[in-house]
Amino acid sequence: MTTIVRAATDSSTMLRRNLLRMVRYPSMTLMLVGMPIVFLLLFVYVFGATLGAGIGAGGSGTDGRTAYLGYVVPGILLMTVAAAANGTAVTVSMDMTQGLIARFKTMPIARVAVLTGHVVGNVVQSLIGVAVVLGVALLLGYRPAAGPLGWLGATGLLALIAFAMTWLSVALGLVAKNVESASNLPMPLTFLPFLGSGFVPTDSLPVGLAWFAEHQPFTPMIEGVRGLLSGTPVGSAGWLAVGWSVLISALGYLWARRLYDRRTG
Amino acid sequence: MTEQSDPAIVTVGLRKAYGEHVVLDDADLRVPAGSVYALLGPNGAGKTTTVNILSTLVAADAGTATVAGHDVARDPDAVRAAIGVTGQFSAVDHLLTGRENLRLMADLHHLGRARGRERVEELLERFGLTEAAARPAATYSGGMGRRLDLAMTLIGTPRVIFLDEPTTGLDPRSRREVWRFVRELVRGGVTIFLTTQYLDEADQLADRVGVLDDGRLVAEGTPDELKRLVPGGHVRLRFADADGLEAAARALAGSTRDDQALSLQVPADGSLASLRDLLARLDAAAAEVQDLSVHAPDLDDVFLALTDRSASRKAPPA
Repeated sequence: MTTIVRAATDSSTMLRRNLLRMVRYPSMTLMLVGMPIVFLLLFVYVFGATLGAGIGAGGSGTDGRTAYLGYVVPGILLMTVAAAANGTAVTVSMDMTQGLIARFKTMPIARVAVLTGHVVGNVVQSLIGVAVVLGVALLLGYRPAAGPLGWLGATGLLALIAFAMTWLSVALGLVAKNVESASNLPMPLTFLPFLGSGFVPTDSLPVGLAWFAEHQPFTPMIEGVRGLLSGTPVGSAGWLAVGWSVLISALGYLWARRLYDRRTG
Repeated sequence: MTEQSDPAIVTVGLRKAYGEHVVLDDADLRVPAGSVYALLGPNGAGKTTTVNILSTLVAADAGTATVAGHDVARDPDAVRAAIGVTGQFSAVDHLLTGRENLRLMADLHHLGRARGRERVEELLERFGLTEAAARPAATYSGGMGRRLDLAMTLIGTPRVIFLDEPTTGLDPRSRREVWRFVRELVRGGVTIFLTTQYLDEADQLADRVGVLDDGRLVAEGTPDELKRLVPGGHVRLRFADADGLEAAARALAGSTRDDQALSLQVPADGSLASLRDLLARLDAAAAEVQDLSVHAPDLDDVFLALTDRSASRKAPPA
């Protein structure tokens, strides 16, 4: 068997394992999807009317709330992707502490398969999470203007972002000394949308924070998804989002590979 | 191929240090194919490090190691294809069922669907897990988890199996079960390299035993050879009071006294003649013995003698 075929076969075996784990442990997925949904409900029903008026979209009251729903969904989707990545760090750390990674490393399987199994599994989980959160948003009255191409683009961009977040989380899961710290290390990812354009426009933030918000990767990611879903011009945000994703994926991959080769658990 | 006559494991000058701390110092090992080798030592002696190096998990700092004819550093994949490893803790996926865990291993060994399934059922049966096969591994007892772990190790029919403390934390019945599986495997021609802190385990299972202490191989041989390293057995006498102990200690030169336990340890080969002689001398000294027991030399004596020596070489106990 050639190296490539072996890597593909072993990766798909590992992917099956991770999907099976997802089925066996649905509460993990529910918890990861539940948190963004709670934030969605909180921001739409509690803060929505006021924030809607604040972003200057369509008056106050119910109109403001609906307008804010349209604004906040992309940020919530990014939060969903980040929360799912958090789950990966926990799973990888469990594999590490329970000796499974050591077991896999003593077997004649493609080195990268263990990690790619986690990564692809998590991208699938992220997209399921994104679909569920979008479903809830649609129930609440979210009506994006995107055409088929916009949807396709948004899905692709979200998948790419999930891919990047996951490689980073795999590395964080490998570097963590135990499962508890693995669940805490990626936490900032979940909250970065707050310090970007996820919940309020960056120009409403104080100067220093606004500078950070404009330059951190989540802002172009959110703007990219927002543009694609609302059918408005994406501008440079799209390419910036893709660039950041590729960069984070590459760094996360290299870091994870290095840790995987070095650490024995 | 002359695999059968070639040793399954050979190491020369194996060395590993983590920072300043030397965990394995110049270890030379030779394990004939089809035999059981036990690496014996207290916690932190370097047992797991040795297994990790031989199973390609960790690279040695110096020295060479060959497993199943392949160099672990130059050709790790060939080594991996020939070995099975059961680590110190049951490395099973707790969310998956026993059967799913085994199928995962079968798929990773590229057994193919039909042969893989067959092998999985065969191993479930052999390890008494057929009934529990559809339950998540998280619900398994310690002994069942170990059995599943072993079954997972065997999926790829390895020629050399590493068992790192395979019975640590198991109840006596599960321990005996593991021993039974080890003996079965050896009958099938497999080479087994195990680590243990239990001397009776090494005595029960191993053809050869290496005693590892503080990263150094301090003794090696068959269990019988090792037992011959310590001078014979002893008779242990207990006394009702200090006077009895005092009188007996004076009468029996070469004995070791323990004032706290009111006991005396007298070197003896355990023969009837030596016992008769001992009793006669005790009678002559009018020492009242409360309790007498005869100890044949076992690996405990070897172990304590060898590791004590190096313990006193380092620092006096606090």
